[in-house]
Amino acid sequence: MEKKVDYLKLEKSVNTRRRVTKALVYALLVFWGVLVLFPFYWMILTSLKSYSAYNGEFVPKLFTLSPTLQNYLDAFTAVPLARYFLNTLLFTVGTTALMLVVTVLAAFAFARLDFRGKNIAFTLFLSLMMIPSELVIITNYVTITNLDMRNTFQGLILPSVTSVFYIYLLKENFAQIPDQLYYAAKVDGTSDLKYLLKVLVPICKPTVVTITILKVIECWNSYVWPRLITDEQAYYLVSNGIQEIRESGFGRENIPAMMAAVVVISVPLIILFLVFRKKIMEGVARGGTKG
Amino acid sequence: MDKKSMKGWLYLLPAILFLGLFMVYPLIDVLIYSFEEGYNFASQTHFGIGWNNYSYVLRDPYFLQAVKNTFILVIFTVPVSTGIALLISVALSSIKRLRELFQTIYFLPYVTNTLAVGLVFMILFKKTPYTDGLANLIISWFGGSAIDFIGGPYWAKMFVLCFYTVWVVMPFKILVLTSALSSVNEEYYKAARVDGTSKLRVFTKITLPMISPMMFYLIITGFIGAFKAYSDAVALFGTDLNAAEMNTIVGYVYDMLYGNSGGYPSYASAAAIILFVIVLTITCINLLVSRKHVHY
Amino acid sequence: MKVVLQNLTKKFPARGKHVKDEVVAVNDFSFEIPNGKLVGLLGPSGCGKSTALNLLCGLLKPTSGRIYFGEDDVTDLPAENRGVGMVFQNYALYPHLTVMQNIVFPLENLKGKDKLSKEEMQKKAYQVAKLVQIDELMERKPGELSGGQQQRVAIARALVKMPRILLMDEPLSNLDARLRLQTREEIRRIQRETGITTVFVTHDQEEAMSISDVIVVMKAGVVQQTGRPQEVYDDPANLFVAKFLGTPPINVFQGKIREGRLCIGQDVLWKVKGIADQEVYVGIRPEGFVPDEEGTLCCRLHGVEVMGRDISLVSSHEAAQESQVRAIINAESKVDVAAEFVRFSLKPGKVFVFGRDTEERIYYELDQ
Repeated sequence: MEKKVDYLKLEKSVNTRRRVTKALVYALLVFWGVLVLFPFYWMILTSLKSYSAYNGEFVPKLFTLSPTLQNYLDAFTAVPLARYFLNTLLFTVGTTALMLVVTVLAAFAFARLDFRGKNIAFTLFLSLMMIPSELVIITNYVTITNLDMRNTFQGLILPSVTSVFYIYLLKENFAQIPDQLYYAAKVDGTSDLKYLLKVLVPICKPTVVTITILKVIECWNSYVWPRLITDEQAYYLVSNGIQEIRESGFGRENIPAMMAAVVVISVPLIILFLVFRKKIMEGVARGGTKG
Repeated sequence: MDKKSMKGWLYLLPAILFLGLFMVYPLIDVLIYSFEEGYNFASQTHFGIGWNNYSYVLRDPYFLQAVKNTFILVIFTVPVSTGIALLISVALSSIKRLRELFQTIYFLPYVTNTLAVGLVFMILFKKTPYTDGLANLIISWFGGSAIDFIGGPYWAKMFVLCFYTVWVVMPFKILVLTSALSSVNEEYYKAARVDGTSKLRVFTKITLPMISPMMFYLIITGFIGAFKAYSDAVALFGTDLNAAEMNTIVGYVYDMLYGNSGGYPSYASAAAIILFVIVLTITCINLLVSRKHVHY
Repeated sequence: MKVVLQNLTKKFPARGKHVKDEVVAVNDFSFEIPNGKLVGLLGPSGCGKSTALNLLCGLLKPTSGRIYFGEDDVTDLPAENRGVGMVFQNYALYPHLTVMQNIVFPLENLKGKDKLSKEEMQKKAYQVAKLVQIDELMERKPGELSGGQQQRVAIARALVKMPRILLMDEPLSNLDARLRLQTREEIRRIQRETGITTVFVTHDQEEAMSISDVIVVMKAGVVQQTGRPQEVYDDPANLFVAKFLGTPPINVFQGKIREGRLCIGQDVLWKVKGIADQEVYVGIRPEGFVPDEEGTLCCRLHGVEVMGRDISLVSSHEAAQESQVRAIINAESKVDVAAEFVRFSLKPGKVFVFGRDTEERIYYELDQ
């Protein structure tokens, strides 16, 4: 009998402890969730407050009862936000498309073709992965300046195209596709290029989509290179645009309008993320780096 | 060269062109720049070869400030962000309900523009004549007095920079750690439970060793990333980082290259190479330590 | 330790919204495991045997029913407090720890008055390592061991804390055929030497039959039959058990009882007493056939497979459920392999009759 009581007690204490841990876990998760979401909430909230209302609040209010869309109008009219948007779109599409062509061709060469010097070439490629962009950006800046390509899309796009890491990622994926498929295609008289485009790329579509999305994110958020290479507003990307707005747009203190611009800039990527959530997270877990 | 080899190189050609022009050549060039003394950007001439650029950079108070800032940033943010990420990932792995929702929310900062959200952080922390800002409101609840985090004392500015950096790097770390945790075979945990292992012991003896390769990967990339910090600082303090005492090494490189104080690619190159050497050294030390502690 | 399972039921909630979709993995499982025996839980995959094992070890909680270890009701006790040893299907050896560290791991969890000194732990670890014959490998890591050696380490780890009962989940499924034979003898030996009540789960009837003291045959969460392996084989309670045990499997024919005669198709096997006329299944074990020119069952002969000591006759019958009827006969029997038909007489103890609808066993007496 003594033993039985013991068991009951044991069971009870186990249950209580489990419940307490669970509550703590959820508290922690909710706390971090709030910390992450709050800046987003704040930027939307501020963008909906009118200029006078915002500046009238010495103690910032956590909500607003009279939302206005005036700030969004200002964001598009007072500064060339639409222009920045278009520039970024062109830059992103151009860079990503070129990157895809270069990457797919190189990955195919490394994964499937046999040629002299392949191993040495691949090793050299891999060693390039360790080179930080900060090191090469100086010469690139000088090169582009000397080529007279400052404030052009070529100047923006060309140095941003290459990504050794994506070549590596895609090569690994290509190499997993069984040899038989290649030989079968050869027997049927398929050319290498056709095999690549009609067989390999469709099979490896998930990886291709992943690197595309990662590159799009990278382009959309790039700041340093565009800043160095453009000093005309007509060629600003959104990052530079936002910095410009911060330093001189709207007259420095129109923070609600600034926030409206920030919301507009952030929305496209957030939508992209929500649509391709699984793909993006998988891709990043497999090898994206940031920070 | 035979036809087969030609074809291989032909497929590689675009990659080689791009990489050669924008990566390999600059790499060599930056070394040359860093030794060319008195380089004149306009005439593209120089009058000597030597270590002068390095010694100039190393004596430049702006550079020393940038090094100090960068080191403080690295030493604070890498352990803090990795630690919190581990805590959150473990918590996340222990629940089922709402897990996907939390994961999605936590990943949001990854896909947002650093410059744009930095602006939000700035207005949250900034003290202006019109308002003390939200951060100061919270401080005042606890009885503190208002501080200007953006234009005020050094430690306050540093705090905001570190805070924002952690906020920005968290998504990647949480994602990597949760996927590392979920790849640990469930059977290990069941076996440990049957053997009556305490939660703490399961964590230190099983979970940590199992995810140690990923932890070290995160620490190494975290170090590298933090050493290259720049745009976070720009987002918070504007482009004139030297004036704000908040410059980073990378920021110093760019300032030397371009902008009001720019036009000195030689100094920029020397600074960039110093940065590269620092990062390389730290990474090597990291790798040596991980040899000893990672179990596979 | 005697283990009693009382009306154990485990339901898993439905994945969809409908309550009806819920899965009953174990249904009203009652069984008493005698002290110190080796018990094999046997059934096809998805029959609930692994769930039953997890209920025993405490990783799952039953929906209803009780579990007793000896006199103690352990139903609501979580796994960590039950004092069971478990060998997992994939062994779950910690890859970053040496064999020694793996084995002492459970001992290091002990707290309070049970706490052991380092020397005591090592001594215990060596004792149990000797028992499973891996004392030479103590400093290796699991990755450097063969599958069989890993299995032994897993058993050692489960045994080192002197568990009240030892549980094994498909202990042989990850081993190759030769190692499997050897290891199952090992398990038998280790269980005998330690005398710990042991329950193991398997889908391989041969494995269960060869080493268990008692087998429990399960299907769809319900216990079909329990007993000593030979008893169950010789006296199956229903068609499922009869079909599940034995290699080659039992031959099943569609038969009927007509006016006291047991018939398969046109062939009348023998006269029987005590059953009403009805449609039935007739199961005949492969070793129940005797070639006999006067025999009652006539099959179309397809071929002969010589298997050393025995011969396997492959034939067919229109009333048989499967396309082949397989008979194992003594190599000395005279069979004309070129003949088109072969006749068999049957051993009564190897012929079982089951109801056509219930598939339950129908007992009968021969009417000479």
